Amino acid sequence: MSQTSHGVGGVSYDAKKRTWPAEFNVFLALIILVIVFELIGRIFLGDSFLFNTRDNVAGIFNEARLQIIILQVSIVGIIAIGVTQVIICGGIDLSSGSIVGATAMIAMSFAQVATVNGNPNPKAMFLAQGWTDLPVIVPVLVAIGCGMLAGLINGSLIAYTRIPPFIATLGMMITARGIAKWWSKGQPISFPTDSFAAISTGSRPVIIFLALAVLFQLILTYTRYGKHCYAIGSNEDAARMSGIKIPNHKILVYTIAGILASLAAVVLCSKNLTAQSGMGVMYELDAIAMAVIGGVSLSGGRGSIIGTVIGALIFGVIISGFTFLRLDAYYQEMVKGVIIVGAVVLDQWRQRMRALRA
Amino acid sequence: MSDIVLKTENLTKRYGGVHALEGANFELRKGEHVAIMGDNGAGKSTFVRQITAVEQRTSGQIWFDGKEVNFAGPIEARTAGIETVFQNLALADDLDVPSNLFLGREKVLFNLGPFSILDRKYMRKATEAALVRTAVKIPNLSNTIRHMSGGQRQCVAIARTATFASKLIIMDEPTAALGVQETAQVENIIRTLKANGEPLILISHNMRQVFDLCDRIVVFRRGRIVANLRKENTDGQDIVSYITGAKTGEAELAA
Repeated sequence: MSQTSHGVGGVSYDAKKRTWPAEFNVFLALIILVIVFELIGRIFLGDSFLFNTRDNVAGIFNEARLQIIILQVSIVGIIAIGVTQVIICGGIDLSSGSIVGATAMIAMSFAQVATVNGNPNPKAMFLAQGWTDLPVIVPVLVAIGCGMLAGLINGSLIAYTRIPPFIATLGMMITARGIAKWWSKGQPISFPTDSFAAISTGSRPVIIFLALAVLFQLILTYTRYGKHCYAIGSNEDAARMSGIKIPNHKILVYTIAGILASLAAVVLCSKNLTAQSGMGVMYELDAIAMAVIGGVSLSGGRGSIIGTVIGALIFGVIISGFTFLRLDAYYQEMVKGVIIVGAVVLDQWRQRMRALRA
Repeated sequence: MSDIVLKTENLTKRYGGVHALEGANFELRKGEHVAIMGDNGAGKSTFVRQITAVEQRTSGQIWFDGKEVNFAGPIEARTAGIETVFQNLALADDLDVPSNLFLGREKVLFNLGPFSILDRKYMRKATEAALVRTAVKIPNLSNTIRHMSGGQRQCVAIARTATFASKLIIMDEPTAALGVQETAQVENIIRTLKANGEPLILISHNMRQVFDLCDRIVVFRRGRIVANLRKENTDGQDIVSYITGAKTGEAELAA
């Protein structure tokens, strides 16, 4: 006998037939991927992908590898959180990688020390003005300001000129990259203060990434902002007729995406101890890919941060797995491309299957 | 005068040279269900769009609930108590039933501006109550609208209008795209609304439906109201001749 539950008006339904959340499928894919790498490792390399095989290290799992898997995706993951809510809202953000570049350059120039090994810092941008050895809050606020401004411009363009998000953020992508190069005339900016460098020591990028992910998952699920993101993404006309102020909402969505990109920039240059104008190239596409692999629908209205985090982990597992199998980095990129397209095809197919069943 | 819910005087709308609506005088009393009929392009939807302020009228006056009103937009009209079921439903496909019912007017637990925390329990309870009140049958409230049949969607859209203490409900061809059974379900909801004494304006092409559900029939032709008849004083033949223009004249308008 099938399990029935009571709906409204005396109608019952089969609770078992409820489709499980899309995140579950993504999580399953992650586990399968790990098992595949584990098996290939055992068979061809005689080594384990997941488990600890060294005698001089304690523990069941290969903790170093697990850490790397998540550490290497946490910076792009921070961007992907912002990109996820943009895509849910029916938009797209191509500018995040360039915002990372521009923000890294500008923020880093406010995080420099005055003297290196007793000599004046050769790379300092604002040595003459005396803007060196500033407290860590200054570069962080400068970064947030940069991201906020870029996002505000993106959002305003999309909300008021009604140009497609693709074009607006493409413009920002090119402009922000230009700013990143112009800021120091192409020179890298180095020698940050100790307190700035401390932001990304150890596993802190992971903590920042996961904390932001939890925060934004809660926001998307439990707040009016989140509800309106899904509403606008699934039917913008309906949202407008329901009285949602769509321009305001879109500006807020892109501004938050910009701020998250700038936070990623802070974590990135704190980790690298330097800022270069080429930082963050292709990050926007990696972030979009993480979201899409995590089940966020490019047509808007569907997806979650949890999905994106799992998508990011899949990304991390693939990169680590390929390194583990000692395959060239070239293959990684090729496979990444295939996986992104595959995820979208799978999503479309799942939607069609659902439509047929309904 | 006090039992008049909605009244329009000389309501006119022109799109450039096109006279979509010319001097419409219309009245709706408490608890009354009025049908608006007419050919395509006769001005039915235009009339509704002026009342709900989706568009701004060219001239004329509107009284609602005893006061003269000048709504700046559909949200103001809705706040005042005019609920509309749009032809294109205006539902968000990826949201569940409670979210759709409360779309744009979510009940909030803590007010934090745009990041206000939603009172999901309350909204779910209120949704269940509204669905019971309108006799709407939905198997699973947590299902997204995407997974529902056309009839269920329409029922959700109608239940939305009934959830909030509305003073007037307007439905623009609510059963146009529905099957026989689904149409019957929607008609039952409309009967429930009638029993609850909620006034309604129903735009429909379905003669049987109109005679079944409404007290009065108003016919639009070429932007003008050409007939305003009580159900008892007319029949389908009569209405058709007004719609097609075979019969004209404003003699019955006093009815």
